[in-house]
Amino acid sequence: MKSISFDTTNALCGGILTAVGLFFAWQSFNLELGTAFRMGPGYFPLLLAVILTLLGAIILVQSMRVQHEPMGPIALRGMFFILPAPIFFGLTVRGLGFVPSLFFTALIACFASHRMKPHWALAISLALTVFSVAVFSYGLNLPFERFGPWVRF
Amino acid sequence: MDLFSNLALGFATAASPANLLFCLIGVLLGTLIGVLPGIGATATIAMLLPITFQLEPVSSLIMLAGIYYGAQYGGSTTAILINMPGESSSAVTAIDGYQMARNGRAGAALAIAALGSFFAGTVSTFLVAIFAPPLTAIALEFGAAEYFSLMVVGLISAVALAHGSIVKALAMVALGLLLGLVGTDIYSGTPRFTLGIREYADGLNFVALAVGVFGIAEILRNLESEKTREVLMATVSDLMPTREDFKRMFGPVVRGTAIGSALGILPGGGAILAAFASYTVEKRLSDRPEEFGKGAIAGVAGPESANNAGAQTSFIPLLTLGIPANPVMALMIGAMIIQGIVPGPNVAVEQPALFWGIIASMWIGNLMLVVLNLPLIGLWVKLLKIPYFILFPIIMAFCSIGVYSVNSNVYDLYAVAFFGLVGYLLLKLRCEPAPLLLGFVLGPLIEENLRRAMILSRGDPTTFVTRPISAVLLLIAAIVLVVVFLPSVKAKREEVFVEED
Repeated sequence: MKSISFDTTNALCGGILTAVGLFFAWQSFNLELGTAFRMGPGYFPLLLAVILTLLGAIILVQSMRVQHEPMGPIALRGMFFILPAPIFFGLTVRGLGFVPSLFFTALIACFASHRMKPHWALAISLALTVFSVAVFSYGLNLPFERFGPWVRF
Repeated sequence: MDLFSNLALGFATAASPANLLFCLIGVLLGTLIGVLPGIGATATIAMLLPITFQLEPVSSLIMLAGIYYGAQYGGSTTAILINMPGESSSAVTAIDGYQMARNGRAGAALAIAALGSFFAGTVSTFLVAIFAPPLTAIALEFGAAEYFSLMVVGLISAVALAHGSIVKALAMVALGLLLGLVGTDIYSGTPRFTLGIREYADGLNFVALAVGVFGIAEILRNLESEKTREVLMATVSDLMPTREDFKRMFGPVVRGTAIGSALGILPGGGAILAAFASYTVEKRLSDRPEEFGKGAIAGVAGPESANNAGAQTSFIPLLTLGIPANPVMALMIGAMIIQGIVPGPNVAVEQPALFWGIIASMWIGNLMLVVLNLPLIGLWVKLLKIPYFILFPIIMAFCSIGVYSVNSNVYDLYAVAFFGLVGYLLLKLRCEPAPLLLGFVLGPLIEENLRRAMILSRGDPTTFVTRPISAVLLLIAAIVLVVVFLPSVKAKREEVFVEED
């Protein structure tokens, strides 16, 4: 008997897509479906969600037949520092203001690489902040508050 | 001749000092990001989109277009010099271009690539000018059913041209369409899939999605394995190709241009496919096929012309139908909408200066690239030595600024982080993000046209097959879908994409 072998990547992919499809389908059911003549807000999304679920299921089934190369390394450190950077910017740009917020955003992102030295990180963030303030705030007149209420005395 | 008066109007628009300046900024920026690894044209245009608010519509579109084809040039420079294609469409150039560089002919390879691209750019600019008006005339006859079918064709071809599994690409389209529907339903005002977050009632921000999926995901992938890039600094000398070189590049350039122009119109990354198709054709036609892979001139000239021609003609569906052929064109649609221009056949009629200005600027931009890039190669080579870990904090900062400045909505920044994660996950799961982005852009349009068509036909779905243009379009979509699933084509297709990687 042939042993069942999985392609982990595709199994995961199929599983996730099926789950996402089901989620959208469930959400669509809470919306008014309407008829084919007068489609409600839920009609087209439900159709798509069903298609997505089916495709996810197909990928899942196919994953049991073929074996591919493994997924490779995952940039955990990168994810840990890169993804919070825009979130930090979003949380603080109103409060701290553009200048400090951008400086710390760049600083956080700097540490995603293990090759970055702390004094380099500071220098890059500083230079970047100065450049951005000059270009975006003074040059292009984007409506950012340079220093927000949290740092004003 | 209409064509000439139109082109004259275009050149008059594109040659104004301001527009020339923006064209120059565009091509320089494009070359820069094409040379730098880890950031592509899609992410750059997405980041710069908000900044174009302040510009005139023509200027902003000219600049964005310049970034797009500038990146193609920059990408081939790195492909030749360090065997690292800056843009995916230059992957084929790296095969023979890098070998030429190793044989001490880096200068000639760069010059051949630039001249081939310029020739292709010139011819395809005229093709756009010739074919855009009649297509526009046809498109003006389109009703809701035709638009729906046309978008189905676009999405299906995007699937056919995507890398890897077709089922996954189809799933990406479906997911993209669904994400595009997030926000308030236009007919009933009901919020959909917003998870109760009021800030998403206007839909997910397109810039946030594009930056996340194309920019941040790419950064994360580059951070997986940080290696010092080896820069083979073959001294670039003897830029001028010999007479013999010219003789041998002529045929490939002409054929490459033809292939590229035809495939560029297809949605879903025609430029990449064009480069590969041209390489295959040249290898088959060559009387010295053994040279390929060891520094064949035809292996540089053909694909370079093809990808540049493809990049230009991919503007045809955008300008005539308002349908994007690739993610960059999808961003151009975004730029048009920001400027209050509704993309579609009406653009040529209502805004002739804009329409022809963009077309003319493509030729001017290509000329600038040839004139500037060959002397500036020394500078680009220096930029190659910038270590990557200095680049990505800069990219992250600009991403954050760019996304925030679209609507001053902090939720867009959270969406960036989320889509960065999603994009990285998709990369890891070997799913192509391009069909997802196309789906996202077309989602609301396709739904609107579907609903309108169904109302017009009083709920009768046969309207899509009884209206002749719509029926033909759906037939094309069906044929494309059947063809990509045919076992023989499937095998060939896998082979194509494996070799390309």
